[in-house]
Amino acid sequence: MGYAYTPGLIIAENTIVRKVRGLPLKGEVLVRIGQRVRAEEVVAEAKLPGEVRPVNVASELGIVPDELPDVLLKNEGDPVAKDEPFARTRGLFGLFKSECRAPIEGTIESVSAVTGQAVIRGRPKPLRKLAYVAGTIVDVREGVSATVEAPGTLIQGIFGLAGEAVGTLELAVESPDAVLDADRITPEHAGKVIVGGSLVTADAIKAAVAHGVKGIVSGGLNDADVRATLGYELGVAITGEESLGVTVIITEGFGKISMAGATFELLRKHSGRLASVNGTTQIRAGVIRPEIVIPLDDVPATQVNGHEGGGVLRVGTRLRAIREPYFGRLGRCTAVPPELETLTTEARVRVLEVEFDDGQRAILPRANVELIEA
Amino acid sequence: MPDGDNIDTILATDCGSTTTKAILIEKKDGEYRLITRGEAPTTVEAPAEDVTRGVINAVGEVEDLTGREFIKNDAICCPREGAVGCDAYVGTSSAGGGLQMMVAGAAQKMTAESAQRAALGAGAIVMDALAVDDRRQPHERIERIRSKRPDMILLSGGTDGGTKTHPVAMAQIVAAAEARPRFGAGFKLPVIYAGNAEVQDEIKRILGEKAALYVTENIRPQLETENLGPARGKIHDLFLEHVMAQAPGYSKLMGWTTVPLMPTPAAVGLIMQLIAEQEGIQVVGVDIGGATTDVFSVLRSDRDDPGSANVFNRTVSANLGMSYSIFNVVAEAGFENVMRWVPLELDERDIRNRIRNKMIRPTTIPQTLEELMIEQALCREALRLAFVQHKAMAVGLKGVQQQRTIADIFTQAATGRTLVDMLGLDMIVGSGGVLSHAPRRSQAALMMVDGFQPEGFTELAVDSIFMMPQLGVLSTVNKRAALDVFHKDCLIRLGWCIAPRGTGKEGRACMRVEVRTDSGVESHELVVGELKRVPLEPETKATVTVTPAKGFDVGAGPRQTVSREVAGGVVGLVLDARGRPFAPPEEPAPRLHKLAEWNAALDVYPAV
Repeated sequence: MGYAYTPGLIIAENTIVRKVRGLPLKGEVLVRIGQRVRAEEVVAEAKLPGEVRPVNVASELGIVPDELPDVLLKNEGDPVAKDEPFARTRGLFGLFKSECRAPIEGTIESVSAVTGQAVIRGRPKPLRKLAYVAGTIVDVREGVSATVEAPGTLIQGIFGLAGEAVGTLELAVESPDAVLDADRITPEHAGKVIVGGSLVTADAIKAAVAHGVKGIVSGGLNDADVRATLGYELGVAITGEESLGVTVIITEGFGKISMAGATFELLRKHSGRLASVNGTTQIRAGVIRPEIVIPLDDVPATQVNGHEGGGVLRVGTRLRAIREPYFGRLGRCTAVPPELETLTTEARVRVLEVEFDDGQRAILPRANVELIEA
Repeated sequence: MPDGDNIDTILATDCGSTTTKAILIEKKDGEYRLITRGEAPTTVEAPAEDVTRGVINAVGEVEDLTGREFIKNDAICCPREGAVGCDAYVGTSSAGGGLQMMVAGAAQKMTAESAQRAALGAGAIVMDALAVDDRRQPHERIERIRSKRPDMILLSGGTDGGTKTHPVAMAQIVAAAEARPRFGAGFKLPVIYAGNAEVQDEIKRILGEKAALYVTENIRPQLETENLGPARGKIHDLFLEHVMAQAPGYSKLMGWTTVPLMPTPAAVGLIMQLIAEQEGIQVVGVDIGGATTDVFSVLRSDRDDPGSANVFNRTVSANLGMSYSIFNVVAEAGFENVMRWVPLELDERDIRNRIRNKMIRPTTIPQTLEELMIEQALCREALRLAFVQHKAMAVGLKGVQQQRTIADIFTQAATGRTLVDMLGLDMIVGSGGVLSHAPRRSQAALMMVDGFQPEGFTELAVDSIFMMPQLGVLSTVNKRAALDVFHKDCLIRLGWCIAPRGTGKEGRACMRVEVRTDSGVESHELVVGELKRVPLEPETKATVTVTPAKGFDVGAGPRQTVSREVAGGVVGLVLDARGRPFAPPEEPAPRLHKLAEWNAALDVYPAV
């Protein structure tokens, strides 16, 4: 019997979710190992270097650059207040003096007698890192990161928009093939992560923002609605920084595609629980997929094997076609022939045989399927 | 290491972002040939986080296919120990996103542009080019450096004895950004200074503490001179010392290779330059990948002087590609420009969703002809856009003073003119899955013809399995081995495209073509809008004589006859009378009709 390795997304009902909450530069970790944290609790903070404002002193004072050292009132490293003079000409007989004032509060970082320029660095800005997932701190790297661990459900999406958000999970449709349009979103959804079915429309995303919804999970999304929502054409699938006001995660792909039954049922089962969602997607080397994490304190966890999706494709494996002409259809692998087969394009590739859930049989390139859990 | 002709067995690997490819080359009957190849997923990232795992796995596939051993104690065995191992092991890498740089200069069109050419030629992706006249506020430039996190910065500005304030001002900006490199937290960002030599001390004072500063010769010592070699050399050194040495497993890999590892595009540049030099031709190469498209060219430094020295240029279109970046092709080219190449009427919403689905599941392949046609249409537009960018960067030096007489006014070109002279271009080489693995070679030929729109006589070729990087680095060890394999196993000659420059009314005479071979003479009369294939087997020689009609030119001037010796290829001669520049008709019905006609002429797609 043949088999092949095929990639896929994680849909794990009971697993151990670990999140490393790292600072972009050295700072302070505020939690200790063993401490319980809420999702919206600050676990680490750092001070980002302040804004930098170059000031062309020579030009402001009407002097040549190499006169700069003679007119400075402050030296490199000295603090300055906003609007405080830090350079002044001697003037003529003590009169007609010109001054240069600091545009921001900070310190004099550097001055150059070549350019006639001084660089003032503003006060550092605090950056706070939240726990994101409610759980227990299991590791701390002093000044660098804290790791949160929680037993729970982890569902990876295929594509998302906007970054981290936390809210109570609630179904906004009754079935995985229903369309989530604006009419289904009500003021009661404020602060929640809502679940749609086969499609979420641009109007629904707009309504969700208006009602203060934290996150939307849907099977599909039309490309046209991505453009309508963002206001520009998204060229490459590197997302997470969008300021939409709501996090959007799609689980299946672009177009109207019913959410996989297992995914929908899992979300229905956990309706009412707190979910942490992140739309950040990076489809490049070092792939990042969007995710829905539902911590389950009261459920015993059985860890999945590593954090890789996919697995071995064998006869009997449940799978989903991920390319036309069968895009989105679910079925079961019936054969994994070892020989190359010729497609209608005349390309010779490795294939598999599949029986779809409606009984239809087909031959598909192995590259065009992903494995799903039974 | 055995040198020169004593090298019999060579292993070469290329670590790409997703796949590591190994090739085995051996000397047989006095010539070097490709024996076999193996590949495995690249292992720079978790869970392996050691690039040598992917290398060992790819070489392991070579071992399986040949029944021989190249690995000993979990490392490549080089030099050979009896029957185990190889005489030379060379490698290239673009894993982990390759070499990502920012450059800075005084004027955008002068030193900043020279700095870009230096970085691109060294194999880098240029994330941004900062210049005093780039219309950004200083704090915006600082923010840009911080947010982009380049692997290194090339700082230039001013000719020797020229402006001092501009390079120093740029150094202050780099210092203020206090950027950290992508790899190796705790290390200082490498900065190369290659600007006005007179302010080197001031630059050291500003950047000495804040960055890992290296000073090299000015890339633009005078306005009329560009001196990119020393800066490129420094970039290579720092790529190995700072970037590669920080990437997981590279220190180990660097200990295995016979010569230093090379960034993949720099190695491709080497082999292209070698070919151009050896055959005395002007050549353009393209590598269209999943995320990026690289264009390389070796062209005369003066279009009007056939005796002028060759110049190598490379550009990388960082977001034009066939999988990860496929939707960006739509975003940059426009949906209509993509669909003008698809010989079918399709629903826009559906096609947009399909292209998006390829973007999020980049490893899928077309299963139907319709899907193949859409991907090949996207390829044409990606090639077109990447070539437009290349033409804008492969230019003569700007800002050079020219002495003019009254007689020159109407003939002398402005400074900064592109070096790409389509009528003088001899060869276009394509590589990347969509071209190298197109089910029919005629598909690759037509994609390149439509994307590049070659003029006059241009030979078309594809790299069979994209081994140009390995052959490029190999050429530094054994030039002959690299050339033998390039000609015998790497390059697949498709044939020649013969296309007159000019436009005319559909159906009017365009050119008369006479093809003379040992077996006889064939004549072809082509009208405007027509495309025709004339089979000419590989290795078969022919003399092709083209007489263009009124309004057309094949290189010797309007209506002037040109004769040229050509060799055949797997596609043959592509006689393209569609005019230059050309675009398919805008109206749907005539467009579909013409596309069907052209596809049939070259037997591009199977009948359905």
